[in-house]
Amino acid sequence: MLIKRRSPIKSSEITPESVYVNRRRFLQGLAGTTALALTEGASAIPAYSLDKDQPQYPGPDWLQGALRDSVRNEAFSSDEKPAPYGNIITHNNFYEFGLGKQDPSRKAQGFKTDPWKVEIAGEVNKPGVYNLEDLLRPHALEERIYRLRCVEAWSMVIPWMGFPLGDLLKRFEPTSKAKYVEFTTLQDPEQMPGQRSFFSTLAWPYVEGLRMDEAMHPLTLLAVGLYGNALPPQNGAPFRLVVPWKYGFKSIKSIVKIRLVEDMPGTSWNRTASGEYGFYANVNPAVDHPRWSQATERRLPSSLFSPNIIDTQPFNGYADEVAGLYSGMDLQQWF
Amino acid sequence: MVLTGIRATALKPYVLWWLVFLLPLLPLAWLFEQAWSMNLGADPAQAIVKFTGLWTLRLLWITLAVTPLRRIFHWGWLQRYRRMLGLYTLFYAMVHLLAFATFILGWRPDLLLRELSERPYIVVGSLAFLLLIPLGITSTRGMQRRLGARWVKLHRLVYVIALLAMVHFIWQIRSSFGDQLLYGVILAALLGYRIWMRRNSLKRKSR
Repeated sequence: MLIKRRSPIKSSEITPESVYVNRRRFLQGLAGTTALALTEGASAIPAYSLDKDQPQYPGPDWLQGALRDSVRNEAFSSDEKPAPYGNIITHNNFYEFGLGKQDPSRKAQGFKTDPWKVEIAGEVNKPGVYNLEDLLRPHALEERIYRLRCVEAWSMVIPWMGFPLGDLLKRFEPTSKAKYVEFTTLQDPEQMPGQRSFFSTLAWPYVEGLRMDEAMHPLTLLAVGLYGNALPPQNGAPFRLVVPWKYGFKSIKSIVKIRLVEDMPGTSWNRTASGEYGFYANVNPAVDHPRWSQATERRLPSSLFSPNIIDTQPFNGYADEVAGLYSGMDLQQWF
Repeated sequence: MVLTGIRATALKPYVLWWLVFLLPLLPLAWLFEQAWSMNLGADPAQAIVKFTGLWTLRLLWITLAVTPLRRIFHWGWLQRYRRMLGLYTLFYAMVHLLAFATFILGWRPDLLLRELSERPYIVVGSLAFLLLIPLGITSTRGMQRRLGARWVKLHRLVYVIALLAMVHFIWQIRSSFGDQLLYGVILAALLGYRIWMRRNSLKRKSR
């Protein structure tokens, strides 16, 4: 049974991504300017005044235009208040940079994220190794405010900037054998102290995966920005996945390889503890993690003496959009 | 060598008493300072619970180290401070539990019930805490006198508590087992020493 709050996105409100982007491009062309040409469902990104005490991440020169031209996709954005920038960039599970939540923000600052190469491999007609700059060039960026629900039972609202993964995959022409997408994070122990640890339960590099229909879903985002800035290294710069209806560990960071495959790929957490972390990992209050409940979550930031405990929503509140992907599946079994 | 430098016998006992009384309060003072200056990150609740839990474990391990250290280095004076260290373990365990119930669960009865009945590592941790209480209550000299030999037996519960605490800790392993390995090895040494001593004394008796 679904006990839900108002779902912020109705499927009827969703403009197909290609239409959305094309229309915007067209209008921009007409105007002959890069000034914001807004269509319905899109609005200008507010000029965030980020706390001057916080580090700023302007990103490489080649990204500036795309960041500047991006608009907010209202139809795909939650109307909840985003967590403060300072919280989002200092509370990260990025075990390549340490175990503590604040470790990545301390240890990833020297992480080299430009130039960056991404390999597209497997069941596609156009495999190859591409510069991130070339990979991103055809895609207009948009801002989306998504809920992020960690499997550890905390959550945050985050304004990402990116574009749909499906739009990228289409360009490389998946073959009929492409049933799953496998993503791989950079492996570079020199830069990533966590990969040098002797005591890690995770095998490196970190690998995640999606079923093809999940990957093509318009909510599935490739993010390159945050709060109007480029993505900070601790948040998975320069290029990461964001799948808002799944637990956070599915949203793999600092991607260097995207491989389309026929069989379900082995994924990192699933290999470490298959009884605790499933391949699907859809947010589901009815299926507990064996060691803790998933029925509620603490929305951060939260005050100490009145913790912000809220009920967890099926598919993290995106059930209207994605529940159909799993019709007929036993979600207790395929957790 | 470090401690012979201190020459415990040369220190006035009350100076030593104050040291042992004040030192275990330092972590808590540090935590207050960090919380006050908003230095605990985006999730201070989790940081506080984790920190106080770790210090409960540390103080329990330190308490368990009193007997081996006293015997090996002939530090008879250490014995006097075992009660205080044990009570500090109980104190930190209490702060840990209160922090969890207040900052993480907001004292919501349904959540308390859920955590205490369904979460294996929380059940084990709570059990360890419950067993610590009678040890705290009977820690006074008067109780020790009154209970006599039974006091010694009762206080052997501390070994069960340490094992439960270790299980509570191990059960939270996610991406790394480094800390658990370290604390496990130290606990194995602390308990192993006692087994070894006991076996030796039994051998001597049987001879």
